[in-house]
Amino acid sequence: MQFASRKKKLVSNPKTELYTEPLQFYGQPPLENISLSEFEAFAVDRLRLLKTVENSGVSMVKRGDDYKKKLESELKALDFPYREDVEEPEKRRKDHISHFILRLAYCQTEDLRRWFIQQEVDLFRHRFKGLSPKQKLEFLHKNNLQYNTISGEEKEQLKNELLNSSHGVSGVSLEHDFYKVPFQDALDLVRTRKVYLKEGYAYIPQSEIVAIVLNDFRTRLSKALALTARSLPAVHSDERLQPLLNHLSHSYFGQDYSGQKNVGKISLEQIDSLAGKSFPLCMRQLHKALRENHHLRYGGRMQYGLFLKGIGLSLEQALQFWKMEFIQGKVDADKFDKAFAYNIRHMFGKEGKRADYTPYSCMKVILSNPPSQGDYHGCPFRHSDPELLKQKLQFYKVSPSGVNQILELVKGMHYQLACQKYFELTHNVEDSAFSLSHPNQYFIESQKLLGGGKDVKRETETPQRSQENSAAKGPAAAREPAAVESQHLAEMTANLETDFLKTDF
Amino acid sequence: MSSSDYDPACLPDLLPLYYRRLFPFAQYYRWLSYGGVQKSYFQNREFSFTLKDDIYVRYQSFSTQNELEKEMQKMNPYKIDIGAVYSHRPNQHNTVKSGSFQALEKELVFDIDMTDYDDVRSCCSAADICSKCWTLMTIAIRILNRALRDDFGFQHLLWVYSGRRGVHCWVCDEAARKLSAAARSAVAEYLSLVKGGEENVKKIVLTDPIHPFIGESLSVVEDYFTRYALQEQDILGRRESVDKVLALVPEDVRRELQQFFQNERNPEKRWKLIKDQARAKQTTAKKRHFDKEIMLQYCYPRLDINVSKGVNHLLKSPFSVHPKTGRISVPIDLKDLDKFDPFAVPTISLICEELDRLKPEEEQTKSEDSKEKENEKDTAEKRKNRDYKRTSLAKYVKHFDQFLDGLARSWKGELLRKSDLQKEF
Repeated sequence: MQFASRKKKLVSNPKTELYTEPLQFYGQPPLENISLSEFEAFAVDRLRLLKTVENSGVSMVKRGDDYKKKLESELKALDFPYREDVEEPEKRRKDHISHFILRLAYCQTEDLRRWFIQQEVDLFRHRFKGLSPKQKLEFLHKNNLQYNTISGEEKEQLKNELLNSSHGVSGVSLEHDFYKVPFQDALDLVRTRKVYLKEGYAYIPQSEIVAIVLNDFRTRLSKALALTARSLPAVHSDERLQPLLNHLSHSYFGQDYSGQKNVGKISLEQIDSLAGKSFPLCMRQLHKALRENHHLRYGGRMQYGLFLKGIGLSLEQALQFWKMEFIQGKVDADKFDKAFAYNIRHMFGKEGKRADYTPYSCMKVILSNPPSQGDYHGCPFRHSDPELLKQKLQFYKVSPSGVNQILELVKGMHYQLACQKYFELTHNVEDSAFSLSHPNQYFIESQKLLGGGKDVKRETETPQRSQENSAAKGPAAAREPAAVESQHLAEMTANLETDFLKTDF
Repeated sequence: MSSSDYDPACLPDLLPLYYRRLFPFAQYYRWLSYGGVQKSYFQNREFSFTLKDDIYVRYQSFSTQNELEKEMQKMNPYKIDIGAVYSHRPNQHNTVKSGSFQALEKELVFDIDMTDYDDVRSCCSAADICSKCWTLMTIAIRILNRALRDDFGFQHLLWVYSGRRGVHCWVCDEAARKLSAAARSAVAEYLSLVKGGEENVKKIVLTDPIHPFIGESLSVVEDYFTRYALQEQDILGRRESVDKVLALVPEDVRRELQQFFQNERNPEKRWKLIKDQARAKQTTAKKRHFDKEIMLQYCYPRLDINVSKGVNHLLKSPFSVHPKTGRISVPIDLKDLDKFDPFAVPTISLICEELDRLKPEEEQTKSEDSKEKENEKDTAEKRKNRDYKRTSLAKYVKHFDQFLDGLARSWKGELLRKSDLQKEF
């Protein structure tokens, strides 16, 4: 996409002719001139839309009625095409242009691309499903999407397999057509075992054709974003657009809780008590597992380590924290320095590509990298057996009625709401005035309520005073040697870093 | 000297000998150049070495077999990992513009590690294995091998013993090497049934109807379940293990079974009671599969899915030595899968010793060879090619050769087509 040069061109297309299709694959970028203010307004609206898509996908059953209604009303409110049978060229134009603007803002990193693609694909699915059967066929035809159907004979032969493969697909019968496509074209169906697979081909019931179309859309979009990323320097040289695009890509991840502002506001001795008072359940669970097993596997170290970074642990503190715990287990100090210290410094952007990683949001915890054998990470509301969750909540003294309310929310797949309910119950507030989307947000809100936020802050305004404060508190008598230790660690870290450089890591 | 006599302290002394005279470089190069169908396929492949004291060197690459040999003989890596084929030579990755150095292709790989079964095996834990729990690996290989072939249509699967406590699979078909990261993760997820971490007791939930893939996998598990789980692991014998099994059945059934079990101690009969319950308790509207779920939770392969997902993920190379056990990472011949014994896999000390035990007639040939001295290098070359044949490594290299022959047939057609094209122009 050549954005910069395109802006100079003046092409006037009668909009009505350009936007005859209710839904498109966004193959061609828009060629008209638009004003900066329209540019910005379109972009912000689409972001709001995609954000709604994301939130609805988490808090509601995807593809359920509520979900559909929510998306429809949001499309309507933001002036996007919401009913695909009405021709509204203005709205379609906005859909087209805003999509391409966001491509510019969201092509820059792997994380941004993944987020953007996921939301666009979900949006596309919603809109494709809204098409009439006739429109669907037209869409396939116009976009050259042709799929092979299998013969009646083959269908008869594979009867049992086909019927047993279509779990969750309502109303599949052998009366309908089945398409036979390379499995690579139907990844979502393969992943969830919703189709029969034989010798590299997926057999797809007609009703699931949307999955192949989506797969195609996803592939195209992914390629297009990679291309866009390459032409990005040209766009970035445009000083009108660059700040705007950066703002767009940052703003909608919400606050990033990366913790730079909080560095040094927490002492290691506070962690145990904070874990009980102000950590969300997921982090409390990780903390407990770490203290008990003196070890956490990679997924847990990332989720918990970045959270701790977010609440204000410095690199030196983090190294000390993890090391003290690990060496009580099977790992000796030498092994820790060799095998695990890298991982911690990496989190703080001191290794590898030196990206400063941000703590995981609830969305990321819920949706990506589910825990497996030996793991304690993930979202306890999403990734626990209800029975175990119940026990745990009881153990943490949540009232029976509270437990039931939480389990009800979990049942409805409202994991974040369940967590927020847990927050309210454990903090004795009726209605917490925020919408929970991040473990670090949970922590901050909790500290605010407990008045601890100020405490923590005051404690570290100057190192001097923090010493006094903690000395007064008593349990932190070991503070002095700890500081020496961390100094020592810092030196070691420096040495290690040069070692790693030597080995071309 | 038996293979259990390996001493990790000897590794620095043994590795030079291994890389000079035993490592099957010719076959290794033949494998990774894939018939030269794509130019610079070997050259752009990342290798990474783990050297003494855990020094880890990434982004190594080599232009020829000779260069690879020379470098390995110089560095004597404790461990070799294979990575992706990149857009540029990995050893020059710093010289290309950032972002344009990208992993393009790699075999589709699977890593199954016995530690992931710790909650369902009672014989060993963590890095330990025994012949009893090795059955889990046999089951894993049979299930995945079938699915990758029949469901996904792949043909060239190299199964390798990791040297300690697990197995790796390298799917080498061209189509597999070209899979995107999304496709790899879809395949891996299709093949993963055991879900959930320490906060989930029940890791398998089946829904009706049972997908043909799960049906096929269950029939593999059935072949082993009685002997492995009921007899050897005795999962329905001891009190605690019985409780663990019963935690996987619905509450109403659990109580009944607990009653039944008080009068029935025989594990196989107890299992039959569970199966009968599963059948008896199902209504027409809702089938119950807790017996099948138990079988799968105890026996179904547990994949490290992250290894399979990434194109650029590194995996320990075949014929690399495991530094802790000294065992060579050898290809597994599936024709004799049930007989494969990880403890019979040769260690580096064993094969190095076998090498020293020169047979008298070979001593003879050797002295004749040296008398001739016509072409010293040639002789050395020949000798090296023969050396591994005198050791227990021979049968594994032979199997590797057979695997490569199969692969070669697949690219023959491709090469012919290419040369035809060239003639036309």
